[in-house]
Formats: sequence, structure tokens, C-alpha cells
Amino acid sequence: MSELSDLSRRNDVHVMKPEGTEALIRALIEDGYEVIGPKVIAQAMLYEPYEAGETPPAGWTDEQDGGRYRLIARDDGKLFDYVVGPQGFKRYLFPPREKLWSAKRTADGFAVGRDGAPAKAYAFFGARACEVAAIGIQDRVFDNGEFSDPTYNARRAKAFIVSVDCSRSASTCFCASMGTGPAPEAGYDIRLSEIFEDGHHMLLVRSGSEAGAAILEKLDLKKAKKADLEKADANSRRAAEMQTRVMPDDAREVLARNMKHSHWVEVGKRCLGCGSCTMVCPTCFCAAMEDVTGLDPDSAERWRQWDTCFSVNHSFIHGGAIRQEAWSRYRQWITHKLSFWHEQFGQSGCVGCGRCITWCPVAIDIVEETRTIRDSEKTEALHG
Amino acid sequence: MNVHPGTAKPVEDPMLPLTYEVVGIKKELPDTVTLDLRAPNGMPFEFEPGQFNMLYAFGVGEIPISISGDTSDPMQLVHTIRVVGKVSQAFAKLKEGDSIGVRGPYGVGWPVNNIKGSDVVIVGGGLGLAPLRPAIYSVLANRGQFGNVVILYGARTPNDLLFEEQLHEWRGRFDLHLDVIVDRAEAGWPGRVGVVTQLIDHAVFDPEETAALVCGPEIMMRYAVQALADRGVDTKNVYVSMERNMHCALGFCGHCQFGGTFVCRDGPVFAYDTISELFTTREA
Amino acid sequence: MVDQRDMASIIGEVDFFDGLPADTLELLAGCAKNVRFNAGDYIYREGQAADTFYIIRHGSVAVQLHVPGRRPLVIESLTTNEVLGWSWIVAPYRWSFDAQCVTLVRALAFDATCLRGKMETDCAVGYEMLRRFVTVMSQRLRGTRIRLADMYAPTVNAAD
Repeated sequence: MSELSDLSRRNDVHVMKPEGTEALIRALIEDGYEVIGPKVIAQAMLYEPYEAGETPPAGWTDEQDGGRYRLIARDDGKLFDYVVGPQGFKRYLFPPREKLWSAKRTADGFAVGRDGAPAKAYAFFGARACEVAAIGIQDRVFDNGEFSDPTYNARRAKAFIVSVDCSRSASTCFCASMGTGPAPEAGYDIRLSEIFEDGHHMLLVRSGSEAGAAILEKLDLKKAKKADLEKADANSRRAAEMQTRVMPDDAREVLARNMKHSHWVEVGKRCLGCGSCTMVCPTCFCAAMEDVTGLDPDSAERWRQWDTCFSVNHSFIHGGAIRQEAWSRYRQWITHKLSFWHEQFGQSGCVGCGRCITWCPVAIDIVEETRTIRDSEKTEALHG
Repeated sequence: MNVHPGTAKPVEDPMLPLTYEVVGIKKELPDTVTLDLRAPNGMPFEFEPGQFNMLYAFGVGEIPISISGDTSDPMQLVHTIRVVGKVSQAFAKLKEGDSIGVRGPYGVGWPVNNIKGSDVVIVGGGLGLAPLRPAIYSVLANRGQFGNVVILYGARTPNDLLFEEQLHEWRGRFDLHLDVIVDRAEAGWPGRVGVVTQLIDHAVFDPEETAALVCGPEIMMRYAVQALADRGVDTKNVYVSMERNMHCALGFCGHCQFGGTFVCRDGPVFAYDTISELFTTREA
Repeated sequence: MVDQRDMASIIGEVDFFDGLPADTLELLAGCAKNVRFNAGDYIYREGQAADTFYIIRHGSVAVQLHVPGRRPLVIESLTTNEVLGWSWIVAPYRWSFDAQCVTLVRALAFDATCLRGKMETDCAVGYEMLRRFVTVMSQRLRGTRIRLADMYAPTVNAAD
């Protein structure tokens, strides 16, 4: 491979046929990646492992609204015309349940150690801009300058991201107002943009890293034309324009100054405290530690599993839980996500993916609740 | 890079406890025990007053416990533990020679070095005296660098006084004023009965030149801060030690998130004025 | 015996009376005398007529609740410069608890019967005295209420 072609693959935009995804996935698998991509399972678009030869499902779109998700089959062959399903890629970098270490009794006490299995190298295929942004947010959580999480970061260092621009939005999407989408600006190794117009169906391909450029070397690509780029940009613009939900840009300040607002109690009357929003959120990172012993009394293990700030025990201190009321747990979640996250990590904890709206059984809407509080400031509805 | 602040040595894995040996046990109260711990290889344990460790009972669990020992004696790691759940129960059953897992020290402690030149009012309630003890040691070790030193301690009954021998020793010193008050007592108790805020009302210090270190149940801290403010102490000079649920102490698990802070990393000790808004925000 | 003028100047130095006009201090001095109790003495007992109040000048006093079959429960301790007794100001003017000296106690004792009469006829005196005693009552009530939380109580919880 000449230096010239290396450079061109890195900087230029290419196109490939939709069937090219098969070669891309195969190339990733051959490079040792476990490729995770969209699959239709249980009437939802989930992210699951791909075998060599598999390709992303074609001809699907979705309908989403508060408390509502429908996957709809079409015969147009479009690859990425749905948006995000209930599960992001979080579960691979930060597994719902993970063994952290085990301990064995020894002659003079006990010894603690990791099991030492090497981290898996994942390639996330079809990550949307909001999901790429969410991974960036979790990167800051699990490496905070003082401490870094060994297993998360071992997996993260090996991870490869194939992103996809969104060319349509669901009614729950609000990434444009969070500044994270519909197309990613960075954070991908390879970026795909689907063009489907006038009988032409192709994928625009860009590399975002050395690793991405190296994979592109193995594919059958053509140079993109200026018109293709314009079409892809128009698709992203259209997706952004479709978004009806808009997070106020002063959400951080509005929530911080309304901790004592009477509206929290009103949301609390609807909130079931189920924690679904936190389970589907791609940035929520709360986890509980669990120490267990097996039948063998001389060995013990520590496990980490996803926790939710909607459980009463989340705020447990000696004597009881601090947040006994559903409204106070909802307030904890939304104020952390949209306001206090800025102080801790220098950015919002929300990427605008809309999952918490779709998967809330009673359709509580993070955008609407923020707006309600913001709008009510004119009437100063405060309680002690 | 993860740095183990206690040893200033890089640690590969901040989640792995080190195994310490129990070398001394003192039953302080029927439900409270003080453990002296020694590192396996005799490493010193450096810490700041007010910091805490995550202590692990084999197979049972891990909880945050503040360090109650003396920073000038790094060979001995000292924890005072009250039995409140299954992990602390397991600690109370340990015998000399047993092992215990230790991760730490973590968090931001009492600003003993930044309050030199001030009068120091130390207000403890119940087991809250344990996290304050390293600060008391440190202040007394550098006694000449502080103005009036006042220790005010509130407990449930005369039978619940923590570190009673030390309370007597401190009370006998001419260079500090110590007052103890209990919620209730039987006749014959020569000391005071009431709330610790009543001691603040009468203690001798110059409010404008005073730093206060407050630790105890949240109710007690709330009223103590109020009593100090009523005396004219600026709440930016009042420090409180917060308790929140903690599972990791590294900022990863989310349980101790308190506004824009994690209590495990940004606390447990906070200048009151930085958290007053949240401190007075009701959760119910 | 302390003469009337000396008593007025002693009373003028008591924090509790800070800011009272000279004629009220004179009046108080006329109702006041120095008293002394030994450790273990009862200054008053539950159920007795409350016709005196005290400013402790030295020593400490335990306000106690008599409990049959147990040692008395100390519910409040009072010491130098604090006021002992406010039942004299509220009908039916009867002590609700026992006041027992923990140490030797020197105090100023004020004849409440004489003072109550003056408070009835002179609203300014009545207001000044009530204002001061209400503050004492409020502080003690707040202290008692905070203690009702039993905030240092042991809490054993298996979920920990």
C-alpha cells in the first residue's frame, strides 16, 4: 500500500454499495473484533453479536412516542431508517452485571485478585451520533482524572466504532438541541451516511481514525462525489428539522434554581419509580456492589451491577433511605442528568436520544418536565 | 494513572482491597469497636484527618468508615466502627490476627492546615466524634498555631460517650475547653443534659476568627450550624462531614452524588456555604 | 445581708436582665435575695407552688423527672448565668419537675408573687419579663423537641 493511498483513505470521503456492509463486518471480525450491530429481536431493534456473513437488517423503520415503540417492516431495503432501540452499546462497555474480583482465604488471611481474562475487543456497528456522544460521556465518568475503571477502560481502549448518520428522527428524538446529532462530528472510527434517493442507494464512508483507515483499505470503495456529500448533509439537516422536542438551552440553570419547585411533587404522582429510564439511558452509570460467597466458604467474589436512583435503597444510609419519595428520586435523576452533571463532568449527561421518553411506561418526558418548570418560573410556584 | 493516596504509590487497580491484619481491638461501647490495623508488609498508612477507607469483611461486604487514628502515627491504621448492619457486625466479631480488606484513604478531610491562626470549635455528636478525633490530635499536636480550642460533644446518655478516657484527658488540659452534653441522664450524672447547640451558645470563642468542624447526625449538624451562625460565625468557616450511600469511593457508582459533587471524592467534608442550598433542600 | 443598692448593681450585671430600665432593676432588686444550696438539696419539687425563680450565679442544677422504681431522669441541666424556673409566670404557678443541686449552688432568688402583682399593674414591666422568659421557654422547648428525634439512637439495619 502506497503512502499516497493511505492518506487518501484517511481524509477522503468514499462511497460503497449497501451490500458493502457485509465486507466491512467481515473485515472487522477478521481483525479480531466481536462485532455488535442491530438485529430485530422481540419486535425491537437490539444490538447483538454478528457472525461473519451477517449484514444489518434492511427495510425497517420505527414509530416512537412517550411510552410507545413500534418497529415497522417496509420493503424499501433501507438499512438505517429506524432510530434507536431500547438498548444502546452501554451494556458492552459497562455490562449490566460484571464480576470485579474474587478473593480466596489463605494461611494468613485472604488474597484478592482479578480473574485476568483479557478484555474483549468490540466493534460497535451502526452507532448513532447520540450513542457515540454517550460513549464519550461515559469515558469521562470512568476515568475521572484521579481514578480510572480498569475493566471499562480496557474494553474501551480496544473498541471500534462504526457510526451511522440519522436521516430521520423519531418524535422522541432531541439530539439537535443537545448538540450531539443527527450526525457525529467525532468519536467514530468509521462513519457511514446512507443515501437513498432517485433509485440510488449507497453508503457514504469516512474514516475517523488510523484504525478506521486501516479497515477501509480492505474494502471496495469509490471516491464520493460532491453531490453525494451534499445529499448526506441534506439528510442530516432533514432529520434535525423533523425534531419537535427541543431541550431548553438553559435547562442546567433552570433545574438548579428550582430544586424546591412544587412541580416535582406533581411528577412524583405519575412516576412509578420503575427505573426504566435509567436502564435505557446510554449515560446512566449507577452501579451497586454485591459481595457473595459460594458453597465454598473460603472463596468470595465482588460483582457490580447496574443500579438505579429510582430504587429506595439507592440513597440508603445507616438508619434508612434519604429519598423515600418518588418525586425526590425523579428530581435526583433529572437534575443530575441535565444540571449537576455539568459541574461534575463539564457537559450535560443527556444526549437527546429520547429513550427515557419512549420507554417510560407512563410517558414522563424529560423535555416536557424541564419546560414545565421553566415556563412556570413566571408564576413563581414555590413551596418550602 | 490511579494513585493510592495513602502510599503515594501507583495502584494498578483502585477496586482491589489490600489485606490488613487486626492487631488491636478495643470495645468502646456495647455496639462500637475500635480496630487497630497493620498493613501486610508493614507499609505506613498516610492520611489526612477526616478521610475514610472502604473496609471489606470477607464475603460479607464493604462499607465506608472514617479513620479515627492519629496522622502522626502512620504505622497504625485505626477505625472506630459502630454496628449498624451486616458488614459492621462482621467487623465487630473480628479477633486479633484476623484479616480485613482496606481500600483508601479517600475523600477530602478537615482543613486543619488552612485554619491555623483561628479559634477552633469542634462540635461532635454521637459517633461523629470518631472522624473528628484525627483533627483533634492534629490541632493539639500543633496547639500553638491555633487560638482558643473548644470541643463540644453531644451524646445520647452518659453511657454512650465515645473515647471516654480521652474526653477525661482532654478535659484535664489547660489549653482547651471541653464540654459534654447528653440527651438524658439519670440523677447523679454531674454533667450537662440538653442539646449540643446549647453548648455552642455559651462557649468561649471569637466568632469572627473561628473555624468550626462539625460531625454528627444530619439533624444535629443542621442545628449546630444554625447555632454557630447565630453566634456570628461565617458559614464559609464551618465545615461539616456528610454521610451518603457509597459503594465504590471512586466516583464511579453514583450513589453519593450530592448536587454537583460526589461525597466520596469532593467530600465527605464540605465548607457549609458550598452545600447549604442542597443541605436544606428537603427530600420528602 | 446585701443592701438594696448592692443588689440592684448585681442584678444589673446579669445577662438575662440586660437592657432593663433602672426602675425595673430597682423593682427586681426589691424582690431578690441571695440563696445557697448544698449539693443534693432540692430547690423545689414537682407539685409545689411556683412562687420563686432563680438566676444561678455558681454551680449546677438538674431538672429532674421522678420515675417510680428508677433513679430520677435528668431532663435538663442548668448552670452559671442561666435561669431556673419559669412555672411562676404561667398559671397555675406550680412546679412541673424537681430541681436538685448537683453541686453547691449560689443563686439569686426572686419573689415571684411580688413580681406577678407588679406585672399585672405595669404592662411595661410585664412585657419585659414575659419577653425574656418566653425566650428561655422557647430555647428549652426547642432543645427538648430536637432531643425527641433521639438522633444518636442505635440503628441496626440488615440492608446495610
